[in-house]
Amino acid sequence: MIAEAGLAALWLAAALAALQLALSCGLGGEQGRSIQTIRAVALAQGLLTLIAFGALIAVFLNSDMSVLLVAENSHSQKPWMYKFAGAWGNHEGSMLLWVTVLALAGAVVALFERRLDERTLGATLGAQAALALGFFAFLLFASNPFERLDPAPIDGRGLNPLLQDPGLAFHPPTLYLGYVGLSVAFSFAVGGLLRANVGPAIARAMRPWVLAAWVLLTLGITAGSYWAYYELGWGGWWFWDPVENASLMPWLAATALLHSVNVLAARGGLRAWTMMLALVAFSMSMVGTFLVRSGILTSVHAFAVDPTRGTFILALLALYIGAALTLFALRVAKVKEGAPFEIVSREAGLVANNLLLSVILGIVFLGTLYPLIAEAVSGEKLSVGPPYFNSVASPLALGLAALMMIAPQLRWRRDALPLLPRFAPGVLVASAVLAGSFILTPGIGLLPRLGLAIGAGLLPASLLPLFGRSLKRTPLAVWGMAMAHFGVAVAILGMASDSAFTKERLVAARPGETIEIGPWLIEFRNVMPVAGPNWTAIEGELRASKGTGVTVLKPQSRYFPSPPTTTNEAAIKTSWNGQLYAVLGEQDEQGRWQLRLWWKPFVTLIWLGGILIGLGGALALIGRLVRERRQRIRGEEAFA
Amino acid sequence: MMVKPKHQRLILVVLAVAAMLGAVLLAMWGLQDRAAYFVTPSDIAAGKVQPDKAMRLGGMVVKGSLKRDPDGLTVRFTVSDTKFETPVVFRGITPDLFKEGNGVIAEGRLESNGLFVADNILAKHDERYMPPQMANEVTAR
Repeated sequence: MIAEAGLAALWLAAALAALQLALSCGLGGEQGRSIQTIRAVALAQGLLTLIAFGALIAVFLNSDMSVLLVAENSHSQKPWMYKFAGAWGNHEGSMLLWVTVLALAGAVVALFERRLDERTLGATLGAQAALALGFFAFLLFASNPFERLDPAPIDGRGLNPLLQDPGLAFHPPTLYLGYVGLSVAFSFAVGGLLRANVGPAIARAMRPWVLAAWVLLTLGITAGSYWAYYELGWGGWWFWDPVENASLMPWLAATALLHSVNVLAARGGLRAWTMMLALVAFSMSMVGTFLVRSGILTSVHAFAVDPTRGTFILALLALYIGAALTLFALRVAKVKEGAPFEIVSREAGLVANNLLLSVILGIVFLGTLYPLIAEAVSGEKLSVGPPYFNSVASPLALGLAALMMIAPQLRWRRDALPLLPRFAPGVLVASAVLAGSFILTPGIGLLPRLGLAIGAGLLPASLLPLFGRSLKRTPLAVWGMAMAHFGVAVAILGMASDSAFTKERLVAARPGETIEIGPWLIEFRNVMPVAGPNWTAIEGELRASKGTGVTVLKPQSRYFPSPPTTTNEAAIKTSWNGQLYAVLGEQDEQGRWQLRLWWKPFVTLIWLGGILIGLGGALALIGRLVRERRQRIRGEEAFA
Repeated sequence: MMVKPKHQRLILVVLAVAAMLGAVLLAMWGLQDRAAYFVTPSDIAAGKVQPDKAMRLGGMVVKGSLKRDPDGLTVRFTVSDTKFETPVVFRGITPDLFKEGNGVIAEGRLESNGLFVADNILAKHDERYMPPQMANEVTAR
């Protein structure tokens, strides 16, 4: 019953999306009434989709095995949290989550956006409905999550054990909120272009959505990176896997948009460019979805290879991106020129930021899609991995970080000399670290060395925009910027330190043996069987010591009976200056166990930096929202 | 010196186009020798594979072929695409989902004696996943 109710809600929501699109096309005559109707329809559509998603969660929590999706992806003996998270740990469920967020975002715009003129808002909601409609069709015709199964099995196949992890409950929904939050920026851009209303007003309407989506993407990527780091047991934190790139591309576009939307909101500049970025950012979200959901690339993340679905999403993608670019080309002439600025100015710095980010985006995009292009053109199958991305994209990213030491301190419109005193702290620290690195660690690679220097220089430089201000009266947005830039410095230091100083050992050891790695002495004590709620495991006991004090690491090799799978659970010990990482492998005929150990100095800074970046964005978002609220109240008072 | 808004827009457009062109050129330069070609045992048997170049070998781990060297760390197995087979050697801990009869992708180089030396093993991440190339082979049969 619940499944049928969910499906019915989904059909109704799709019908409302069609109605919303039709209404916004017909908007014109009796404006006042029509925009109210559109608002109501958008709200109802959001609620119905939420009901459908709730129904899916309910069938998963009840372990209703007569629903095909539950039978294939869940198990009655599973801990409840993974039943819950299992609802979106599969293709159909994750697409329903995507549509739910899309419809809810439309509902929130309909409810709360009061400043934009009605015609632009109507066009925006029409665009949002058009987006939702395509994805509703995809769900209903190509991936119905509520399909029944007859006869119903008793237990179900179970969720991939790798995905049975608290990280899963948090990671995909966060990323999806981010992806789909960008859909609102896309719709605003479409609305603004359609109504020839591209200016600071639309940038101000767009900005909180871009910020929120960007914060969620940042946190989602950070969480995903840490999840891959500890769950896959490969000791790496970024693999340049197509699915990782699928989340990185919207993030890069959103980062560029985040900066340019500020220029438009504050100074009225970069109008057409900002609209273009808004279109590109959500297009990248859709490309990401296509890459992940179609299973078209040989990715370790791919759920299933299903050509119908791939073709369907590809058609949607071509339709939306094609329509958006056509609209841009047709309407860009109506976009007014922005306010002028000089070569040495905040605007110019942000243009450089945008150009660098766009080039990095282009490089990641081409590298990710190159296997598809090559196969289509010459039939050759190939993969593009770390050698390409690290050597082509990383230097540009470091250049961007170097720019970050300078640009935030420039003034809007024009800046006068002398610039040097403002840049000195960052440049001095960076040069000192660079010189020091040649003396202390001559053996490390060029990129990690530059990373250490630029990261260290950016630490003080990122805080300089706060310098000389009254800290109490500094807007939250400026605090947020400083925090996010500081986070970038921290993350770069972590990445550089990891690639420069990581120590790795691979050994076959008997219990009682001692292994040395970095500053640590590790005693391999024994291996014991242990059991969990739905798994059994063998667990190694390692005693790590470094001078005084002993810490115990317990890496496991887990066995899950349904579906029958073994996974490695790495043991990680975090200390203030790094992480000790241990993986237990198999036992050989002579009774030795394979052990893989890493000592990773300051690797935790990578994710700490990611969190700081996200929190900085959140701070800026709160600052903007509070300030807007104040202005609106003040405006209403003045009007009264 | 402030330029006219119209000229400024032109400059920005030129910059944007130049940046995009730069990205394409950089990517093309980078991809030229950094893409790892995906090969199958049949490609190797047909002599289409250059030795000592980074590549990915895909196929199924042949049942009964998995052996471990006395050092306890090196594994040897055979990868098959149902027509031909290639011997693979790998030193390290194999991933969780790596086992006989499963799909596998080995990253590494082919030696001139026909042995594939892997420095990384990727196994399927999901129970339903198999390399698309393998899926083609299996459905074709």
